[in-house]
Amino acid sequence: MDVLALSRLQFAVTTMFHFIFVPLTLGLSVLTAWFETKYVRTGDATYLRMTKFWGKLFLINFALGVVTGITQEFQFGMNWAEYSRYVGDIFGAPLAIEATAAFFLESVFIGVWIFGWDKISKTAHAVTIWLVAFGTNLSALWILLANGWMQKPVGFVLRNGRAEMNDFLALITNPYGWIKFLHTVTSGYMVAAFFVMGIAAWHLLRKNEIDFFTRSFKTAAMFALLSGLAVGATGDFHAVEIAKVQPTKFAAMESVWETQKNAPMHLLLVPDEANERNAVATASIPGMLSFMAFHDVNGEVKGLKEFPKEERPPVLPVFLSFRLMVALGTLMIGLSLVAVIAVRWKHFLNFKLFLWIMVAALPLPYITVQLGWLVAELGRQPWVVYGVLKTADGVSQSVSLLQVGGSLVGFTLLYGLLGAIDIYLLVKYAKKGPDNDTTGMIPVKEVA
Amino acid sequence: MELQITWFVLWAVLWAVYFMLDGFVLGTGFLSGILAKNDTEKRLLINSVGPVWDGNEVWLITAGGATFAAFPTTYALMFSYMYTALLLLLFSLIVRGVAFEFRGKIEGEQWKGAWDRAIMISSFLPALLFGVAFGNIFKGLPMDAGGHHGGLLSLLNPYGILTGLLFVCLFAVHGALYASLKTVGDLSKRAFELAKMLWIPLLLVALLFLGATAYSTKLYDNYLAAPYLFLIPAIAVLALVAVQAYMIANKPLKAFSASCVTILFVVFTGVTGLFPNLIPSSLDPAYSLTIYNSSSSQYTLTIMTVVAFIFVPIVIAYKIWVYRIFRAPVTEQDLLENKEAY
Repeated sequence: MDVLALSRLQFAVTTMFHFIFVPLTLGLSVLTAWFETKYVRTGDATYLRMTKFWGKLFLINFALGVVTGITQEFQFGMNWAEYSRYVGDIFGAPLAIEATAAFFLESVFIGVWIFGWDKISKTAHAVTIWLVAFGTNLSALWILLANGWMQKPVGFVLRNGRAEMNDFLALITNPYGWIKFLHTVTSGYMVAAFFVMGIAAWHLLRKNEIDFFTRSFKTAAMFALLSGLAVGATGDFHAVEIAKVQPTKFAAMESVWETQKNAPMHLLLVPDEANERNAVATASIPGMLSFMAFHDVNGEVKGLKEFPKEERPPVLPVFLSFRLMVALGTLMIGLSLVAVIAVRWKHFLNFKLFLWIMVAALPLPYITVQLGWLVAELGRQPWVVYGVLKTADGVSQSVSLLQVGGSLVGFTLLYGLLGAIDIYLLVKYAKKGPDNDTTGMIPVKEVA
Repeated sequence: MELQITWFVLWAVLWAVYFMLDGFVLGTGFLSGILAKNDTEKRLLINSVGPVWDGNEVWLITAGGATFAAFPTTYALMFSYMYTALLLLLFSLIVRGVAFEFRGKIEGEQWKGAWDRAIMISSFLPALLFGVAFGNIFKGLPMDAGGHHGGLLSLLNPYGILTGLLFVCLFAVHGALYASLKTVGDLSKRAFELAKMLWIPLLLVALLFLGATAYSTKLYDNYLAAPYLFLIPAIAVLALVAVQAYMIANKPLKAFSASCVTILFVVFTGVTGLFPNLIPSSLDPAYSLTIYNSSSSQYTLTIMTVVAFIFVPIVIAYKIWVYRIFRAPVTEQDLLENKEAY
């Protein structure tokens, strides 16, 4: 392994670890804010207990999302100095805006939310968690506009030996970034919805706090279905955008070797990368792939052979990740639909098989979002900025093998330890259930 | 004013504000083991910084982001040249944040003891490392056409370590004063006495730093060329003296305010001496990173200036609101009433 390979591995480890916590933050902040709003509007103490219970799990998760985010900002400079120097003029802007416009919002108001229960009015307190939710979602927008630029670079010229911004509006209206943002945040909502449903189902199987967990489940099921449909819809538009601007990624996602019109989709497909063909390609739907790519059955899908070998992404991992992501996504939309209906059924609590399935389904969206990122980032290779800069040309020149090796081991150990503790605490507090004693919780002061 | 100069000033302000705000969190953190006699007192200290530490840390993210957006070449080289030091810094900041959140989640002496040690170490290291990093920036890094000729050990030169100690002492007094303001009774008194005591080594290190700066760096060149600039270090020194004067007069809030001014002006003193460099080369001035040869394009700087002038005032406004909400000291009663407290 050389500095490049280790730096890539480290980026993958730190980013994927960071993204274990971020999606739940995106969705659970919204759900917690929803519960607290219900409490403020109805005065129903169960909603307050829901806010506190799901809010506590939110906070345990939030902590790791925040601290691993610092690494994200530092490691561009530490490990990808050539990249940072080359694209900083345009790439640095959304990162700096993310910090000033979004990070401050979530980080300042999370403090008020945790410690401000008896210091501000009920309504103001509910507003603070909405500000946290808004801040985290806004920060997702800015980082995905930055990532969208790496996928589809816009609004820049190559000048003075680097990419210089010449159109800020193009950067912030980049359709690629916006679709990616919508697709990512809605899949974050899926993570949170399945998290809530999974834990609620676990307690319902034990007949704990039936009212509390049925209501939680009901809200989360609707949230899951709506966001699941949004994930699907944005995913469809995303695929069209990819076919248009990143033909190599699209070809790898579907393992297409030959350019063809009216391209079929093969349900059963085994890529054979070495021989630039598919070993097996059957159960085909005629014209389906062209339709997926261009919303037109006669559209021409570019095959990988159109591109030199050194400009193709690794086909098998991109292909497998994409297939699995779509399969799991579809499965979860189906589960959400059943959940929305089943929770309204009077024998819901006796539907034990389904409750067990929902407990087991808790990790599914976590796996799916990681697969999505593998498609996005591996599919972009060998480019770090698609068509502009190769990943190999972006790595730091002054960093030694020992340094990267050491930091990779350090990150792996530290993150592994903290991740294990975090999961332990989440499980502990999730199993414990909501606090029974509502005294000491009610005295949220009304401050005029 | 040239946009590069605007951003140089903003860059200095962002770092200075970060050190002023996280300085007391770090100081309270590494002094917690000395100050607190039992679990309740430790919790009082942690909860005194609880509502604000996360928001304060964002000033660091913003300072880093601003460096990236306004001076990308400096961002790239500063972060990759100081790789190992920054890595230790990152690990510390990661552990510190998690420690605040996790410590109270399980009752148990071993669990809490482990996080207490984690808080102390992960608060002390950033204070030291930020000082070492800035000391080396003031001094210049050994860089030329061949890149950077140094590593973690070359950063640990006497001047770097001295600046590290200066930061540790500044944050210690700052943190002790904060702890004294934000607690009541015996703990508050002890913190106040500790601040008084720590002021003496701070003064010694500060004087040593001012002297060594003449010997180890070229920071004073700018001052000699424009002597009115000496006002900046003069304010830093006066504020430092005022810290102790207010402490003797038993006015902790004023002493803390003076400590804020001290930290801001220590940073301004160093950065003013750097101008127009961001990181000087200690080998050959031709390879120094200046605000001109490492900046973004005029277009990007213009956009970023507009962004900064819109959002920074908004951030400052709501941060002031938050500090007002949490202005009262943390009491044992608060810990009992708020189940969400750390």
